[in-house]
Formats: sequence, structure tokens, C-alpha cells
Amino acid sequence: MLCDECGRNEAVVHITQIGPNGRVEKNLCRHCAAHYGDFLLQAQQDDVSVNDFLKGVFSHAPEEENADETQAPDDAPTQQELVCPNCGMSYRDFQQTGKIGCSVCYATFRRQLEPLLRRIHGSSTHSGKIPHRSGGTLELKHKIEVLRARQQEAVQQENYELAAECRDRIRALEQELAQQEGGEQHGAE
Amino acid sequence: MALNDLLRSDDLTWLRPTGTDSDVVLASRIRLARNFRQVPFPNRADMNQLAAVQTTVDRLMDGLCTEEGALFDRVDMERLTPLQKEVLIEKQLLSRNFVRNPQHRVAYISLDQQVSLMVNEEDHLRIQCMMAGFDLEHPFHAASRIDDLFEAQFDIAFDEKMGYLTSCPTNLGTGLRASVLLHLPGLVATRNISSIVNISPQLGLAVRPLAGDEKESVGSLFQISNQLTLGFSEEEILANLQSAVEEIVTHEREARKALSVYMKDTLEDEVWRAYGTLRYARSLSEKEALTLLSKVRLGIDLRIIGEVKADCFPQIFIGSGRSYLQNYVENENLSKNEIDRLRAERVRAVLERSGTAAEG
Repeated sequence: MLCDECGRNEAVVHITQIGPNGRVEKNLCRHCAAHYGDFLLQAQQDDVSVNDFLKGVFSHAPEEENADETQAPDDAPTQQELVCPNCGMSYRDFQQTGKIGCSVCYATFRRQLEPLLRRIHGSSTHSGKIPHRSGGTLELKHKIEVLRARQQEAVQQENYELAAECRDRIRALEQELAQQEGGEQHGAE
Repeated sequence: MALNDLLRSDDLTWLRPTGTDSDVVLASRIRLARNFRQVPFPNRADMNQLAAVQTTVDRLMDGLCTEEGALFDRVDMERLTPLQKEVLIEKQLLSRNFVRNPQHRVAYISLDQQVSLMVNEEDHLRIQCMMAGFDLEHPFHAASRIDDLFEAQFDIAFDEKMGYLTSCPTNLGTGLRASVLLHLPGLVATRNISSIVNISPQLGLAVRPLAGDEKESVGSLFQISNQLTLGFSEEEILANLQSAVEEIVTHEREARKALSVYMKDTLEDEVWRAYGTLRYARSLSEKEALTLLSKVRLGIDLRIIGEVKADCFPQIFIGSGRSYLQNYVENENLSKNEIDRLRAERVRAVLERSGTAAEG
């Protein structure tokens, strides 16, 4: 059998790829198979760790991003050299290691990471515990949200007393929030 | 507890058969990942930054211990031999990732061995709390308390939208990994285990065998944990795992019941054979010991065996570990045969002790 790719040499490597378009079979000669080298190597390793897998997932992300970037060429060069100002990690480093460098990286690579997070977790918005110190005004906002939901529920159940109570507390919290936000303006990023 | 006791003891409080649903759920565990703001994560930090993190944690833990008495053993990775590290990994008090680079890696292990705080693992802080039986609530509160202690004094890496920031994006958000250790001999024997493994990803959960590989588990021990950490609150993550495990527990008990009704003779024979082998064997491999131990435990939980109590389970489980045995006899250069003989000797001793205790 001759190689599917070059059609000149004897095919010695046979690959069956099962993808979204169904089954694709490839018969390659030694030379052409070298282009698939990385793929073959991975397939041979018994122990493909979670990290290796994630690395693969991560390094796919920028291709989509790049496709977007072609429509906005101004951004393209900056994205290539995106480096975290705090720890010096580049997005390329992240793609290789699958590990983020520091907390500032998340702000630096936010745009690249978000689609990735949605892919891993199905969401990119945290809805759990909030630390008092680093959480900033988020804790207040969260409280207000919870109260709003409770107010709605109270209205539906025609418990207007509780609804009014919620309304008053929301108002008080909103004032507090406005004060804090005014005071923290210079402290924010 | 001195380091020596920590290594030589074959008792693990969180593996004792005391908790809720302990016939199926052996232990529950909560892990929180936290980082200090601005400081590069351990895989990216230089030695000075790692040292700074270590000093910060040391100071806080020192303060905690002077206030409330000595609660923790401080275990410095630079001072442990590779074998000693292996023992602590076998006991699940340290992670394999943690011992890779020893510099400025310190673990605080609580005296009851239910809390293990790893400093400079993949994240600056890995707070791990374990509990016997099916109980996610208590370890979660214990872990949150330690988290609150740090948070009260230091700026923790947090983002309004992405939550707690971690070295690996798969832990982002809550930084919470909740897991339970399940003993599922019934589901394995009735060949129902694959359906549980297959359906878990749809629930955002991962099931993996504790020993052995995907194809063949050893000792019917499985670990199930949440996969998603972002987009759900801690309570939601725990509730999801809780309800899934409750379901598994029900199925496991049904499977055991079916076995003891329809295959009564075979089951009893297998259980007693396993007990006999463990009780009198002169050489046991790690795999054989675990497999037999699983059957004996099933026999105890189904009240087929009354000679020994379930207490012997953690003692054999820990005591038959390869590194544990080597460390116990203080000889790193034992051949596999020697270790297998040592293991059998140890198992016999535990069962003899447990047997006399049950009689008395």
C-alpha cells in the first residue's frame, strides 16, 4: 500500500481517526508520519495525565481567539506578547504548562481564559464564598442580590410585610455600597 | 504526635468504622485551594517567595498553637527521607505532587490526623480535612475555619468574577474539592460499577478506583469527587455530591442484599476463605491483601463474620502498605518477597488482636 499523503513510498503507519466527521483512515509512509509525530507519541503513552490533556485543551483556545483577532488586526500583535506584569508569565508559557503563574495573570489573560473556563466548568462566574478582605464590595452586592430574591418570593406569596422589610434592608445596603464604592475608587485596579 | 508516631501508627482516625453509613462510605474529605494575592504561585515563585509564604504560614500557625495549645505537627519536607514521604502519601496525609520539590514545602498535620495543611503545594495553601464515614459537613466547616483564619490576616487571591484564583484553572472559583471514599464490593460483584462510573460525568462528578486501574479495581475501593468548582456555591457542590453518594449507597446495599439472598453459599464461602487466608497466610502481596481485606470487610458488614470487628480494616489497610512496612522495620532494602512475608505477619497479628478483642 502506498502512502496517502505523498503516494510515493510504502505506507508503514496506519492511523484511524474518529472525529466529528466520522471515521478517517490514514496510511502513511515513514516520512509523512513524522509530521504526525506528536500525535503518535501521545497515543503510545499509556499514562496520559490530566495535565497533558489540559495542555491540549488550553493550546486549542488561542486558535479560536486568533480567528477573532483577524477581524480586529490592531489587537493581534499585543496578544502575541501578552505577558503578566507581576510574574512575567506569558500566555504561551501557560499553554505549555497548563498552570497559571500568579493571581495577576488571571486579570492579564482574562479575555483568553474566559472561554476556556466556560469549557471546563460550563461557567465563568463564581457564585460561592467571598473573602471579607479581598472580596471588596462584592459581599454587599451578593447580600443585596439574596435579599432581592427573597423580596420577590415574599411578594409572590403575598407576604407584604416581609417584602417591605427586605426593601428597607436593600435600601440600607445600597447606601452602604454607594459609600464604599465612592471611598474605594482610588483603591480599585 | 511526634513524627515517628505519625509514621509508625497504623491508626487513622478518619478511616475508623465509626461514622454515618460507614458500611459503604469509609471516609469523607474536603480540600480547599487558596493563594496569597500577588505572590506568584508555587510553580512560578522563586526560592525567596516560597520562603516568604512559608514564614507567613509558620507565623500564623505558631500563633494558633500558642493560643489553643499544640494542635499540629509541623512536617518539613526537607527533613524527611523519601521513604518517610512515601508513608505519609500512603496515609493520604500528603499528595504526591507535594513531595516533588522539598524546598520550603511544609505540612501541618493535626494530632488527630484529620487536618493536613500543605504549604506551597500546587497552590500556596491546600487545606485538607478528613472525617470517618459519610460526613461532608464537618470537614467542610473545619476547612472553612482554617480558611477564615488566613483570610482575616492576609489578602487572598480572589477575583469578583472568577472567585478564588488557583494555579490550575480546574480548581478556580470555590477551590473546593469534596470527595468520599467508597467500598463497593456489591456493585463490583454484580457488575454494576461501570454504570456508576459512566453516569458520574453527567452529574459533574468523577469516580476513580483508589487502587488498581480503570479496567480492574483492587479491593472495590472507589473515590468520587466533584469535578466542577466554578459557577456553583460550596453548598451546591456538596449537596450534589451528597445526593449522588446517597444514591450509590442505596444501590450498594441493594446489591449486597441480592448477593446474600441469591448467592448466599458462594458469598459465605468467599468471605470465610478470604478471612482464612488473611488469618494464616505466610506471604501476601499488596494486591492480594487488599482484595481479601475487601471481602472480609464485606463479611463483617453483612454479619457473616463475627470473629473480628471492622476496626481491623484501617489497621490492615495502613499496615499492609509497602512503604509503611519498610519504614516500620527501618529497612529500605527489602526484597518483594521479604515485604510480602512481613505483610502477612502483620496482618496475622492484627487479626489475632482484633479476634481476642471481639471475644472479650
